[in-house]
Amino acid sequence: MLRDVERVVVSLQVNGEPTELLIPVHKTLLEVLREDMRLTGTKHGCELGECGTCTVLVDGLPELSCLLLPVQVDGRSITTIEGMAGGSELHPLQRAFVELGAAQCGYCTPGILLSARALIESNPSPSRDEIREALAGNLCRCTGYVKILDAIELAASRGL
Amino acid sequence: MTDFSVVGKPLPKVDAAAKVTGRAVYADDILLPRTLHCRILRSPHPHARILSIDTSAARRMAGVKAVITGHDLPVKFGILPVTQDERALEHEKVRYVGDPIAAVAAIDEEAAAAACDAIAVEYEVLEPVMSIEEALAPPKDERIQDYGGPHNIHKLVALEFGDVDGGFARADHVREDVFFFQGNTHLPMEQHSATATYVDGRVTLWSSTQVVHYVHRALAKVLELPMHRIRVIGAAHGGGFGGKTDPFAHEIIVCKLAMLTGRPVKCTLTREEVFYAHRGRHPVLMWVRTGVTRHGRITAMHFRTALDGGAYGSYGVASTFYTGTLQTVTYDIPAYRFEGCRVFTNKPPCGPKRGHGTPQPRFALELHLEKIAHDLDLEPSAMKQLNFVQPMTRAVNWLRITSCGLDECSRRVIDASGYRNRARRPGHGMGFAISSYLSGAGTAIYWNDMPHSEVQIKVDRGGVTAYCGAMDIGQGSDSVLATIVAEELGLQPADIRLVTADTDTTPIDLGSYSSRVTFMAGNAAIEAARKMRDLLVEAAAAKMGMQGAAVQVGAGRVGDFSFEEASVLAEARFGTLTSAGSYKPPKIAGPYKGAGVGPSPAYSYSACVIDLDADARTGLVTVNKIWIAHDVGRAINPLLVEGQVEGSVYMGLGEALMEEQSFRKGLHKWPSMLEYKSPTFLDMPEVQTFIVETVDPEGPYGAKEAGQGPLLPVPPALCSAVHDALGVWIDEVPVTPEKVVEALRRKEKGEPARYGPTRFPAVPYPPAIKVEPPPKDMDRASAAAI
Repeated sequence: MLRDVERVVVSLQVNGEPTELLIPVHKTLLEVLREDMRLTGTKHGCELGECGTCTVLVDGLPELSCLLLPVQVDGRSITTIEGMAGGSELHPLQRAFVELGAAQCGYCTPGILLSARALIESNPSPSRDEIREALAGNLCRCTGYVKILDAIELAASRGL
Repeated sequence: MTDFSVVGKPLPKVDAAAKVTGRAVYADDILLPRTLHCRILRSPHPHARILSIDTSAARRMAGVKAVITGHDLPVKFGILPVTQDERALEHEKVRYVGDPIAAVAAIDEEAAAAACDAIAVEYEVLEPVMSIEEALAPPKDERIQDYGGPHNIHKLVALEFGDVDGGFARADHVREDVFFFQGNTHLPMEQHSATATYVDGRVTLWSSTQVVHYVHRALAKVLELPMHRIRVIGAAHGGGFGGKTDPFAHEIIVCKLAMLTGRPVKCTLTREEVFYAHRGRHPVLMWVRTGVTRHGRITAMHFRTALDGGAYGSYGVASTFYTGTLQTVTYDIPAYRFEGCRVFTNKPPCGPKRGHGTPQPRFALELHLEKIAHDLDLEPSAMKQLNFVQPMTRAVNWLRITSCGLDECSRRVIDASGYRNRARRPGHGMGFAISSYLSGAGTAIYWNDMPHSEVQIKVDRGGVTAYCGAMDIGQGSDSVLATIVAEELGLQPADIRLVTADTDTTPIDLGSYSSRVTFMAGNAAIEAARKMRDLLVEAAAAKMGMQGAAVQVGAGRVGDFSFEEASVLAEARFGTLTSAGSYKPPKIAGPYKGAGVGPSPAYSYSACVIDLDADARTGLVTVNKIWIAHDVGRAINPLLVEGQVEGSVYMGLGEALMEEQSFRKGLHKWPSMLEYKSPTFLDMPEVQTFIVETVDPEGPYGAKEAGQGPLLPVPPALCSAVHDALGVWIDEVPVTPEKVVEALRRKEKGEPARYGPTRFPAVPYPPAIKVEPPPKDMDRASAAAI
């Protein structure tokens, strides 16, 4: 080993599967998901908690994985974009994003989908302003947010 | 109207499922076995000579596999042949904070970063040049670059079309104004990333780039390898907006490090480094003088620009011309003089951002005409309409206008918004503006006679694969290609497999910039697909004992056969089923030096109305709604066109209200996503989009561009609306609350009710080259022939 780094064992429930990892204590959840577990669907735009791109769900609530250490979420349930579809069946939000062209470059899409899922699970028929409020921490540079709002409304109208 | 089966339908993008499930593989998602990680040491000084670089301590550190400096990569490169002024690593001089100096490959990123910290660089710090005014003056220490001049001037241009002095003499009213458009950056959500391997004497690079071909060329030059020993692959792309159109230092560096170590080497820029990579919107100071008749008809225009280019050339020579060229493709300007200047400053280099060099003059031009209308007591939108260009004409600077939906775009947004019948109340305003943009640059970046786009198609037992060098950067170019091939072969877009943006396997396409892919690769795809259809039809017709013309293609069938059966018949008859198509823009540039920037096979047109509330106490502007109409020629996929238009409106609004790349004491003020303000979900108003179809004679099915033009009218429409609301002119963007409050304070004190630059500096423009305007109807015969 290069440096004398403290390592810890953490147990995470990732997309429904129990996982045990030995990781340097300072590694962020984002890094562990992408590098150690190769779940690269979770993206990053700043690694400083500014853009929302790395959003994952921790026990169903949106969190920025770049600001979390795995030790902070030891034993908790993590949902990433890879765990959003039910097998080969797209989640209703994913389906609406496909139908309405809500993903352009698609880089912010995983984080936005997970934020939207947390919103709809707690508020099944959000108003447009409630969606804006809930998604305000997720930046997108391609869409102007218009098609994303339309897609979340469409998915909500169809029910989960 | 032609009956299409998939063109014009709002179908999902072909890569949508991969993107919503996290399966799309972006450059930073690539992690090959034994990958080494690269970090780059960057200059902490805006301007300094490098006296020495000592890498010995870094080389001895655990985990470090290679350390390189400019001595290892001495060959200069640059996107334009005339400005080969960059090195992947600088070893003689640094020109902005963030200029790369040395690079380390190590077994992990932390080891690489620690080794960068251990590199000792001795500098002789020089006085930085941080503004256009400073760059025009004699340098205190030395010039930033050793070419151009005088002083820190990079490029000067001066062109005159028609009788400008005569035009001003004929005018009933002449007005002058000065405007400033602050620089801003692309801020793609994805940080630039690149991974290289070196296997069996061949380099392979995966990168987040908009143009695999230009990266390929730069690598061949700097690495001193033939192009056939280099392969560049575009990974799934996380946003460009022009910011990934240059070849970048880190792309060259990872290749060199892979060659030295024999292992894969990866470099992902931090968000701070993305701000230094930049190549974004030039800050531009503008002076414009226009003569009009009492009815508002333009008689002459004189436009001056001064661009703050940052430290290197990038696309800057082209950007400079672009600040003067497209004024003439929206308004009929009978006589026009343009003087442009780009200077070097000690900042990250500016380059092409969405609209490349044209949003700034569009901002100035639209507001300037608005002010002239106020001077003459004319309704601004009507006065602008009076001057609109007509379809199938040539502008005074020889730009050829084909289809033009300006009138219809204007009518749509004016009618829908109620702009002309708006209720007047203090604090509420509406503004109108128009714009135009290229459907691809009509000339290549490096002069050559080859096609700009090429497409190959292979059909094999019913499976169709289309190959094209174009890079889908999220705008949907893959979906457009699939739609076109599907349309011609009677299939669905999802039936078409695509191989794109890979220099080993795909034929050339000059990439995703200047809104060129739909038009150019689209036309190449039509040609390739029609050739393939002819083979299938001929084989089917022979079997059916009919003439080819009688064989129907559509709904997955070729005559009496399924598509798969027809492909088997055709392969048996002709052998391997391949076809190819290519596209070369028409030679329409004018007969003068500098005429290569501006011509495009077709121009898109947009019109916009903004409704807003502006608070006189706080200066805060709240946009209520934006109406935007865009003449896209024909929408190959209306869903994608709307997405491009809405995204453009969003980006224009960000530039109008908050985005700015600015500097203090040589340092970027806010190289982070939190402090560099961009609009969130909460800042974005409702947008109503109108797609206008004018069916361009040369576009694929009549299509033109959609991804850049609709950005342009947003900043001027916003400033017009602020004037409508508060009676003050904000003559520079971004329109921050401070500027609005200051303008109101000046108005109250009886000073000019505006905020913005008051003077344009003395620029040593050369005497203008005088160009005879073209005959207006010179393309009428060829247009009729199309």
